Amino acid sequence: MAAAGPSWRRRGEEGLRTRRLTPILLLLGVAALIAAPLGRTDYVIYVLSSWLTFSIAAMGLNLTLGYAGQISLAQASFMGIGAYTTALMTLVGVPWLIAAPAGVALCFVVGLALGFPALRVQGHFLAFVTLAFNTLFFLVARNEEWLTGGSYGLSNLPRPAFWAFDTARNLPFYYFTLIVFLASAALMWGVVRSPWGRAFRGLRENPVRAESLGVDTRRITLLAFAIGSAYGGLAGALISPLVQYIEPSSFAFSQSLRVLLMVVVGGAGLFLGPILGAAVVILLPEFLRFTEGYYLMIYAAAVIALMVYCPTGLIGVGRRLSDRFSPKREVRADMKLGARS
Amino acid sequence: MSAPVLSVRDIAKMFGAIRAVDGVSLDVSAGEILGLIGPNGSGKSTLFNCILGQLKPDRGTVEVNGKSVSGRRACDLNKLGVGRTFQQLSVFPQMSVLDNIILAGQEHRGGLLSRLIGPPDAGLTGEADRLIEFFHLTHLRDEMAGSLSFGQQKLVDAAMAFMAGPSLVLLDEPAGGVNPTMLLGLKERLMTYNREHGTTFVVIEHNMEFVMSLCSRIVVLAEGRIIAEGPPEDVHSNQTVIDAYLGG
Amino acid sequence: MRAAAPIASMAQFLQVLLSGLSTGAIYALAAIGFTLVWQAARTVNFAQGEFVMLPAFFVLIGVHWLHMPRWLALVFGLIVAVVVLGLLFKKVVVEPMLPNGGLPLIIATMALSILLKEGAKQFYGAEAQPFPSLFPQTTLHVGGAVVSVQDLMNLIVSLAVVVGLTLFLNRTRTGRRMQATAQNPRVAEILGVNTRRMVLYAFLVNAALAALASFLISPIYLAKFSNGETLGLVAFIAAIVGGFNQIRGALAGGLLIGVLDNLTATYVTTEYRAALPLVLLIAIILWRPQGLLGVDEGRKV
Repeated sequence: MAAAGPSWRRRGEEGLRTRRLTPILLLLGVAALIAAPLGRTDYVIYVLSSWLTFSIAAMGLNLTLGYAGQISLAQASFMGIGAYTTALMTLVGVPWLIAAPAGVALCFVVGLALGFPALRVQGHFLAFVTLAFNTLFFLVARNEEWLTGGSYGLSNLPRPAFWAFDTARNLPFYYFTLIVFLASAALMWGVVRSPWGRAFRGLRENPVRAESLGVDTRRITLLAFAIGSAYGGLAGALISPLVQYIEPSSFAFSQSLRVLLMVVVGGAGLFLGPILGAAVVILLPEFLRFTEGYYLMIYAAAVIALMVYCPTGLIGVGRRLSDRFSPKREVRADMKLGARS
Repeated sequence: MSAPVLSVRDIAKMFGAIRAVDGVSLDVSAGEILGLIGPNGSGKSTLFNCILGQLKPDRGTVEVNGKSVSGRRACDLNKLGVGRTFQQLSVFPQMSVLDNIILAGQEHRGGLLSRLIGPPDAGLTGEADRLIEFFHLTHLRDEMAGSLSFGQQKLVDAAMAFMAGPSLVLLDEPAGGVNPTMLLGLKERLMTYNREHGTTFVVIEHNMEFVMSLCSRIVVLAEGRIIAEGPPEDVHSNQTVIDAYLGG
Repeated sequence: MRAAAPIASMAQFLQVLLSGLSTGAIYALAAIGFTLVWQAARTVNFAQGEFVMLPAFFVLIGVHWLHMPRWLALVFGLIVAVVVLGLLFKKVVVEPMLPNGGLPLIIATMALSILLKEGAKQFYGAEAQPFPSLFPQTTLHVGGAVVSVQDLMNLIVSLAVVVGLTLFLNRTRTGRRMQATAQNPRVAEILGVNTRRMVLYAFLVNAALAALASFLISPIYLAKFSNGETLGLVAFIAAIVGGFNQIRGALAGGLLIGVLDNLTATYVTTEYRAALPLVLLIAIILWRPQGLLGVDEGRKV
């Protein structure tokens, strides 16, 4: 019953096509990221920074949604918590390297606190609870002017400076963002590769079986949710110095939806999915500017089509195309969706 | 006389007016392979679920190695040394066979944090490979579990159940849907494992030939009560049992 | 003076209560439709709010572009809503996606809500549009309270529709078949029910309910492309708070939210007015996930 093709092709690991090519591809990828902003206009560099920042948020949501299978519609509120914490602290002179981790830690704790009761209920309910939480956050941010500046927001947020490295201009800030992005991606990769990652995947594919093998599904679901929220906070901590002005509507429910679309469009549960998805969501409107107001409609229609024809996202589309050229053993159709129905 | 691995005392469970299980008591000693049979609706599955902690019995107790397991979560039960197999959808389809089996053992290794910081395989590759070899699945080690045939998946399922070295394994219709050739192999592997490790099995099964040749003792349920108990030969020719299966 | 004050506040209370019941009943229509679609096809329709926002625009198109008389435009709006938001929605969006599982469908309905919202904004305009009221804009004086006829009629019409729907589901053959399909589709199939058609009916009924809600609420809040956000959220919350599986739960949930929302806005706070349904939602999900009127198991229409 041996399958066709060399054994290194058949590993059940997402995102990796072959073991030998990966380090080369990785190096190429990093090199491309380093070279990307060179020679571009200030605005393009800014958009690239924005892409990396949202990739971090999307990576976090991917852990919660793609790996642990929980629908969170609150990622934007965690970005908001990270952003406001960082903003308020840097405005009084606290260095970013202290303010940002504080924001991230706060998001982790809030994620635990929100997830602990909320995850006792199933799928759709969690979506609504997180939706409600996001909206509540928005209301508080908008109403409590003494803290958040209300609808006027907080402005003149400083860009961090590290010894000789000043990020006041867009190019150095991009490299600063890139470093944070690569570090957080490496961390996420470590989590996904560890036994935790295996447990997350087990949770997604067959939660009943996982539980019967000693996996405390409630605990790891909570962990995935909290880590995902912390990543949202990190993204927020980058947004404050990037945009240098934050206000509540940047973190409203519609933004949570945007991050969700990034994860799903790119490919939920795949490591590179959210990064690709963020690129599509952030960069595509730039290309579609000529369509003016219609681009959002075109985009929404495209998402619907994608969901109908390839719900595993764009990476799924890529895989289907490459599978045409090199067939490998197929997972039986009735096993694809795992035990969830 | 050592304490029984599984001790069920006067378990009863009603669903509305139906007595699914009506006062069942049994003991399973270490190393036994117990078969639990009975016509449809006899209460086997309900009893099974009460033992597994998935249903809370109306009365009675279930103890595993002296500890009560009523109403406990499945993961806690597993940590107490109880493994189980499933009838359907028992593997993690998009993970390799190796990953499936490592996952089955990793939760018993170290604490939560060590599973994050420690090696990706939790140090279990060697053990997992040994189990894979035991079930003759070495050539499928890196295949995605979902691409295996149903019979092969059942072998993986059994390997997963054994990975954490449980003292008691409950097998839920292990023969269902498996072709006769694989069935012989499955039975042989189960018996060998039982002999080599002294693990206790409780098997629910409809396939008479399979269960009679595998088990050392059979318990027959009908209408929620035990109607016969004993070695396979005795039960096989027991008139009450035959009536229960053929009768109304 | 001292005797007058309690009466005045009592009158005000009754006004606020009635107004709350009235909007609540309209929310209930949206929530009931949402529940029907959930039961029929296990679909969480995230675009439900937009389903309530859009039919008003169909009517406005009928009046301003097609120069129909008002009554005809309403009928036109209803028909277009049922065809587009019922039939087309089911055939084009839901059906192809059902084998793919729940998450892609939820994402698709989210994307659909964006599509509809932007569509209304682009094709009709971003400003709020006045919408002709179905009822006279007069008031009645009942025991010192000033009661808006529109509020009263909204409440009566909504309740009448709910009663009618309940009778339909319980007393007619089609209705009972729809219930059977919702409770246990496989058994219903075996019993000879055309489950596919019953599911379609659920979608059509939802579109009709959403359209009616649209016609009743747009005169008050004006027709605006962004209405869907709040309306959708309230519909979800009403359905869940009342008990996801039940029509009377959705009704109770809608009325409750409408009343509490109005009471909060009048007596407590306007800024955090929107927070009340949210807090209610979180509380219910955490302490009584089956909703106020829900039961733990089984599906009920």
